[in-house]
Amino acid sequence: MADQPKKVIEVENLVTHYGPRKILDGVSMSVNEGEIMVIMGGSGSGKSTLLRYLMALEHQTSGTIKLLGQDIDTLSQKEMFDLRKKIGVAFQGGALFSSMTVGENIILPLYEHAELDMMTMEIMARMKLEVVDLAGFEDLMPAELSGGMIKRAAFARAVVMDPKLLFCDEPSAGLDPVVASALDDLILKLRDAMSMTVVVVTHELESVFKIADRVTVLDRGKILFIGTIDELRNSKSERIQNLLNRRPEEDNIDPDEYLRRLTGQEERVGDATL
Amino acid sequence: MNQTTRNVSDTAIRLVDKVGRWTVSTVEEIGNGGVLMAESVFWLVRGPSLKQPVRPGAIVVQMMEVGIKAIPIIAMLGGTIGAMLAIQSIYMLRIFGAESQVTYGVAFSVVREFAPLITGILIAGRSGSALAARLGTMKISQEIDALKVMGINPVRFLVVPSLVAMVVMVPALTLFNMFVGLTCAGLYINADLGISLAAYFDQTINILSLDDLLHGVGKSVLFALLVGVIGVINGASVTGGAEGVGKVTTRSVVQSISAIIVTDMLFAFMATR
Repeated sequence: MADQPKKVIEVENLVTHYGPRKILDGVSMSVNEGEIMVIMGGSGSGKSTLLRYLMALEHQTSGTIKLLGQDIDTLSQKEMFDLRKKIGVAFQGGALFSSMTVGENIILPLYEHAELDMMTMEIMARMKLEVVDLAGFEDLMPAELSGGMIKRAAFARAVVMDPKLLFCDEPSAGLDPVVASALDDLILKLRDAMSMTVVVVTHELESVFKIADRVTVLDRGKILFIGTIDELRNSKSERIQNLLNRRPEEDNIDPDEYLRRLTGQEERVGDATL
Repeated sequence: MNQTTRNVSDTAIRLVDKVGRWTVSTVEEIGNGGVLMAESVFWLVRGPSLKQPVRPGAIVVQMMEVGIKAIPIIAMLGGTIGAMLAIQSIYMLRIFGAESQVTYGVAFSVVREFAPLITGILIAGRSGSALAARLGTMKISQEIDALKVMGINPVRFLVVPSLVAMVVMVPALTLFNMFVGLTCAGLYINADLGISLAAYFDQTINILSLDDLLHGVGKSVLFALLVGVIGVINGASVTGGAEGVGKVTTRSVVQSISAIIVTDMLFAFMATR
């Protein structure tokens, strides 16, 4: 089994709840070292939730998540801090600290974790800004940047520690096609230059076909498909074909139930009051 | 008839339900406040060994914000309250023809009561609300999540500097408030009754004991903790976008001021027994 690729993320039988509502229902997946895994699915499919759990921001109901070979539930606080240094995250809205300049934002992880002198850290931050084509913008505040620039700055901050694993939440959402495509190129460039493993959550089909090595499709909290782009294209599943061809889902409508819903007489499940 | 009874019992059930939920959430919030304080102390003490030290620079920035920048408004209000106390005391004492005893009234009220109370309320409005709004906005824009995934504990990075700054600066501002208040009261007394400032201060120092001073300053430390913790708890509990931030900000000011006034009364009661 020597040629078996190393697994960077292993998720087994993940079940999660938001309040009483079950969001993820027995999700199992894995991501190999050096690949770009795209998680896609419609709105409400649980893809953003899955990402939050992969980033170890929530506690699951059951199941295990292993990042870089370590089960995140068994780690001590210190081990968790160490693990986080090897993981970068580019958030959907950038999540740059609005009270700091772009440069300070990018330096922050270095400043907090690396024992280097300020000069070295500034050079490292500027190098990352060069990579994302934002050289010379380090003294601006995040509020002074455009949407695309904020996302690129967020990328620079995510990779400043040279992480082994990079998470990107909807990198192209809300951007025009040209900028979105440039961000896709950036993801490919980062992966090739720094040999990172990248997990991208998106529902932009063009980006999926451009960057993905493998794709995970979530549907209503369950895994619908895991495989390569070609396998995705040739999938026989109707729901996947609907997703790929942008066809709306045609649910069979029960006229009686529809009427009950409209008149508000639908029986409320789990509602204890009479 | 049957319908009416049913409506009444429905309303009653809903009321009980509401009271129950409110009680649970209140107890939960008080518990959260306690946990937050314990966590803050933990990071202050254990932070350096976990490579998560509380940065002195961040504390200084907060001290500037909470303390130094509040000096003008504290001076203005402290002075006004001092003069007001002098005016009212003289008015009241004139009934007994005892105006010359005005120093007693002014000295005790300013040092034991008004300086800590006014400082606390001002800090609640100025810094407690700002803390809630800042944390709330950061939570909504995922900045708190960003800190967590970077391996930076948000309590250590954001909360502890603010709490430390408050616990240091609020008593300092209270002392300053006492000084300004007593001075302004003295100026008014000097103008109205012709008692010299030197005699006034001499008498004030004779009247006041260290106990009175500690009473005032001790209370202000409690107020600082209350304002800080209430601000953080509200900021962290924000949901629902920009409107939510506005709500928790208002809520934190109302809760802080109420907590300050109630604590003030309890503290005065306990300390004078």
